[in-house]
This record gives sequence, structure tokens and C-alpha cells, in this order.
Amino acid sequence: MSFSSAPANSLATNSSQPTSAAVTLSHVSKIFGRFAALRDMSAEFAAGKLYAILGDNGAGKTTLLRAMVGLAQPTRGTISLLGNEDLRAATHHIGYMAHPTLLYEEMSGMENLRYFAALYGIRDDQPCERAIRAVGLDPALTRRVGHYSQGMRQRLSLARALVHDPKILFLDEPFSNVDVVSAREMVHVLAQMRDLGKTIFIVTHQAVLLEGVADEFVFMAAGQISARARELPSSLERGAPPARTTL
Amino acid sequence: MSLGEITRVSLAKDLRLEWRSKDAINSMLFFALLVVVIFSFSFDPTAEESRHIAGGIVWVAFLFAAVVALNQTWARELRNQVLDAYRVSPAPANALFISKAVGNFIFVAVLEALMAPLFMVFYNLRSIGPAYQLVVVGALATWALVANGTFFAAMSIRTRSREVMLPLILFPISIPALLAMVSATTAILTGEGAYRFWVVLLVVYDVVFTTVCLLLFETVLHAE
Repeated sequence: MSFSSAPANSLATNSSQPTSAAVTLSHVSKIFGRFAALRDMSAEFAAGKLYAILGDNGAGKTTLLRAMVGLAQPTRGTISLLGNEDLRAATHHIGYMAHPTLLYEEMSGMENLRYFAALYGIRDDQPCERAIRAVGLDPALTRRVGHYSQGMRQRLSLARALVHDPKILFLDEPFSNVDVVSAREMVHVLAQMRDLGKTIFIVTHQAVLLEGVADEFVFMAAGQISARARELPSSLERGAPPARTTL
Repeated sequence: MSLGEITRVSLAKDLRLEWRSKDAINSMLFFALLVVVIFSFSFDPTAEESRHIAGGIVWVAFLFAAVVALNQTWARELRNQVLDAYRVSPAPANALFISKAVGNFIFVAVLEALMAPLFMVFYNLRSIGPAYQLVVVGALATWALVANGTFFAAMSIRTRSREVMLPLILFPISIPALLAMVSATTAILTGEGAYRFWVVLLVVYDVVFTTVCLLLFETVLHAE
């Protein structure tokens, strides 16, 4: 993993990126008891792009992300990652950052990353140190994660998702509890990764942070994709509900 | 990375976490100590009577104490939902099971090593049969408790009242093993009875249940 110093780019810089489907959803439904979290959702997401998934609480954003990484089995329909419907076979290519940190609080940042890297067959420290530096933390920090600030935990959680250099990143609320400056730095890192050809899905309530960076804004409502837009609707920038702008 | 390598890494991680937090070992020790003291006040057996009842008291105390460790071992995977990070990785499910079971074996074995002298003092115990056989029975019995316990604790972690659920599932299924470990221990302490039969039963129990746990653990780990 190496991050270039290219600035956060726009749609135009991505024209040379591969456009084959990274993720394909085909009639995906996820039903919990009598509640349908996802309803007959079909969509295709091209590789090498950064998608911002937006929507109100309960719209199905997190369930969609969990289904795409294989943590939630769709009740109906199929999900294909990089052309493979067996999501277990694609785990090497997936980086997942959940709303909780997925980190052991009794271990330091490097200890955490060493462990998670080992799960992907990575034995040496270099990828761990690179991932920690990429998110603006110090690999030499011996403090336990339990003593980190919330922002540092979020950054380390992102580093954990990056450590095995995945092709597709799924990030659930990566900017929550992070100050604006740190959040913008995280966005910059993610934009660089997109420029390197990675496909990135970001579930967030802070859409404005991804303005000019995301290739597409995907709006969800009641378990379905209600709209897909290349730019953030101005109504949303002013804090109004998302407009139904389609591509 | 091989199953063995990921098992080793996961075991090292669990031992490090336990060394730093001492969640499992402290609560197990305290619990087992309470059982020893309460039973010693409740009964006042002679040395001969002690040899007949000690096997039961010892293993019931260790079984109850082990449940504390078994719950702890998965509870730390639920904090911050760390288990999801393992579930989305390509690491084999059985590596996690084996590392947890071996980790729990070590914790319970440490507890047994610390509590055994106390039992001997409180119950005035002296083995009539060959005492080294207690080590064999202890190892087989401990594995019987932790292999099943690790598996059923993993099954119950997503239930709302998992602390209650684990004993409800584990204790009934442990009855054959408990019978074998108590009878084997009593046979050694008293120098009477069919020690070999109970040891063979423990070996068969360990092999069967470990195999079943290994076959089913992936399903349990990836269940929603």
C-alpha cells in the first residue's frame, strides 16, 4: 500500500479507472421478522469509484453494507463482489470498517493491526506501520486503544480496514465523533485510495464532507435506493432532506 | 497463513488480553475459592469421607468456575464487535475455536493448579491410588469442559441472556463427562473402582465432542 500525494480529485480524474462492476446487487431483500430492512434492491456499482451512501436512520444503509461484506445473509436475492457470488471467497479483497471500532481496547494500535494483518496472512510489520501512518497516527504509540480519543479510534479502525490493501472498502460512519479537520484528512486519504483504483463505499450522515470527492451519492429510503446522483443536491447542502435526483 | 499459524496468533492475543485484564482468572479464582470455603463449612467430613466426596465437590466447583471463563472469552470479542472483523477475514473459523478452547484450557488448568492444594488442606485429602493419575484425569476432564463450553458459549453469545443460557445448554450435555471425571477422581483417591473405564469414557467423550464442535463451528461463527 502506498498513498500518492495527489489531491482529492473529481469525476474527471477517474475517467481512466476501470469501470467493470465491483458490486452487483440482484433483487436483494433482507427481512428481520416482519421488518424489511432491504426491499428487492438491484444495483450495480462500478469499480474504482467512491460511493457515498446517504439516507435517514433506518433507511437500510448499514444493513446494505453488512450484506455486501457477508455479515448479513440476504433473505432473497444475490450479491456479487468482483464477479463472485461466494462472498467468503472474496474476503481477501474486502476492507470493512463498522460503526463500532472492531478493535481490542487492551492492546496498542500496532498490536491490534499485527493481529488483524495476520488473519490475512501478513506477517511483517511494514503494512501495519504504513496503514497507521496513512491515517495520521504514530505506529510507535504504545498506549492501549482503550486510552485513545474517539477520533484516534476511528482513524485506527480505518487503518485496520486498510491493512491488507483491499480492493473494495466498506466504511460505516467513518467520520462520526471525528473533528472536522481529522475528518477532512480521512476523506483525503480515501480519495487517494480511490485514485489508486480502489472501490469505496461510505455510509455517512456527513455528506457535505464528500462533496467534490464522491463519484456518486446513493440515496436510500425504506430499504431501497431512492436516487443516485453525481453531485450532492443543493437542498442537502442546506440541511434539507435529499432531493430525488437521478443520474 | 495456515490454520496452525492463525491459531497460534489468536491464542497469543487471548493470553495477552487475559494477562492485561485478568477478567477470567480473577473471577474464576474468587468463585472457586468461595465454593471450597462454603462446602468446607457446610460439611465436616473425616479423611475417609473426604476421599469419597471430594471428586464431586472439586469438579462441580471447577465446572461452575469454568463457566465464568467461558463467558468472558467471548464477551471480549463482543466489545466493539471485534468478532465481525474475524468474520469478514479469510481466517478459518476452526482456528478461532481451537485458540479459544486451548486458551480456556490454560485458564482452567491454572485455576486447578492453584486450587488443588487448597482442596487438599480444607478436606484433609490424601490419595490412596497413584496420584499422578489425577493429572491425566485432570487434563482429559478439563478439555471435556472447555471444548464443549467454548462451543456453546459461542452459540449463546448473541442471545439476550447469554450468562444464563450457557449453563442451561452446557450442564446437561456435560453430565456423561462429569460422571466420568468424578468417578475417575474418586477411584484414584480411594484406590477403589474402575479408573480405566472412566478414563476411556473421558477420552471417547473428548474425541467425539471435539470433532462435532470442529465440524459445526463455522456455521455457528457465521450465523446471524
